[in-house]
Amino acid sequence: MSIPVLKIENLTKTFGDTVAVDSVSLAIKPGEILGLLGANGAGKSTAMQMMLGLIQPTSGNITIFGKDLEKNRIEILKEMNFSSTYANLPSNLTVAQNLKVFAGLYEVKKPKKKTLELMELFEIDHLQRRVTGQLSSGESTRLNLCKAFMNDPRLLLLDEPTASLDPDIADKVRTLINRLRYERNLSILYTSHNMRDIETICDRIIFLHKGRIIVEGTREEIQQHFSENSLEDVFIRIARDGELVDSQIKKES
Amino acid sequence: MNIGIIIALVQRYSFLYLRNPIRGFELVFWPAMELLLWGFLTMYIQKQTSGDFSNFIRFLIGATIFWDVLFRAQMGVSISFLEDMWTRNLLNIFVAPIRKREYLAAMFCMGVLRVSIVVLVMSILAWFLYAFNLYEFSWNLIPFFAMLMVFGFSLGIISVALILRWGQAAESLAWAVPFMIQPFSAVFYSVDTLPKVMQTVAWCFPSTYIFEGMRELVKTETMNWSAIWMSAFLNAAFLAFAAGIFIWMFAKARKLGLLTKIATQ
Repeated sequence: MSIPVLKIENLTKTFGDTVAVDSVSLAIKPGEILGLLGANGAGKSTAMQMMLGLIQPTSGNITIFGKDLEKNRIEILKEMNFSSTYANLPSNLTVAQNLKVFAGLYEVKKPKKKTLELMELFEIDHLQRRVTGQLSSGESTRLNLCKAFMNDPRLLLLDEPTASLDPDIADKVRTLINRLRYERNLSILYTSHNMRDIETICDRIIFLHKGRIIVEGTREEIQQHFSENSLEDVFIRIARDGELVDSQIKKES
Repeated sequence: MNIGIIIALVQRYSFLYLRNPIRGFELVFWPAMELLLWGFLTMYIQKQTSGDFSNFIRFLIGATIFWDVLFRAQMGVSISFLEDMWTRNLLNIFVAPIRKREYLAAMFCMGVLRVSIVVLVMSILAWFLYAFNLYEFSWNLIPFFAMLMVFGFSLGIISVALILRWGQAAESLAWAVPFMIQPFSAVFYSVDTLPKVMQTVAWCFPSTYIFEGMRELVKTETMNWSAIWMSAFLNAAFLAFAAGIFIWMFAKARKLGLLTKIATQ
């Protein structure tokens, strides 16, 4: 059995009296895409930020590539990357300048070749002289993904990468991410409110509610478990009756 | 310390100036205005009064340029950080494999670049407008500028640390912090002009020794090396204090989940 790329054990984060993440444990295998779902405030972003070392956990362990994140953060970050709708590349630099800078930050061996390759892959090579602030949402998302693939990561954390994209571009981005995952045996942790995203590319799904894992499994397993026809219905049910679902699951187990 | 990463960060900040000439203009605009204001004010006072003002204009022009060295070094650090905050790029920086010391080193380099440009422009202006030759200080400029820059960097690190902890609410501190120490540093007057209590505070800042040393050099043409050493000693203490504050605030921001908040606000 292969060693998980990312392993989290009993991860907890409290802010004063508020428990943002409550004893979450999960693992991602090489080449697997794990979807992290939950309503706003469920704890997805806090959990992801702890995996990036941006938030210090109150308790629990995060192991990435078999190494403890707290002790080996820089070493680990060299082999992982992140993209979020909420983080932009500097708007006052051109596309090519931004990618050049990040190629330097990730110590890419042949930066010119690599950035050109990525721009072609994400179909933004015609925009290299364009100022980043003038890009459309779709172009900007693809630029963020170019940055995210700059260091050929083994683990990628994607926080709502298709939010604010039209269905056509969102589909293109999903297809590309899926293709790259197979080509590079890439592991991805994926958060989204777009159920189409999750259904299309995630191998497994975890539902969070008030910081706790409510249910975990494949799309089919989860839908069957809740006797619902779609993931969206499961999402709505958990968002509205999370406590009830949680207590039922506890009873069953 | 990875030089490649420092170069990439310096590139990121300097692209801003190379791409946008307005940014470059802004870099020298305020120092030039200060120089014009203080220079002509001094000339006016000189005309209106009958006192011995032979060195007065040299004190003031020298002080204006020296003050800008400290101020621009501080801004080099704090504005570089704010640039990332304003463009919502901080998150990308925080999750890149950059060590704190590499990030700070890049900011120091930006400070040195900003100071070099400002000093060059101001020294040319001072020469043409007031026949003030900054380079008369010769090699003595090196220790003077080095001490002021290091103190500016320390103040810059403290400003960044406060922004890390208090976010946008503390943004104005990036500009305010140097001016909090300006009256104590005796930039435009000698320390003995200050009330006794303020004098005690003044001697706690490394910048005070430099401004006093500069005036002494103009007046007596002798370099006060003990003032330089005292300034160096205090600078080491301030730098250690600033680094400590930065590490503490960064850890606090990580604990309270503030890094993402300030990065995406």
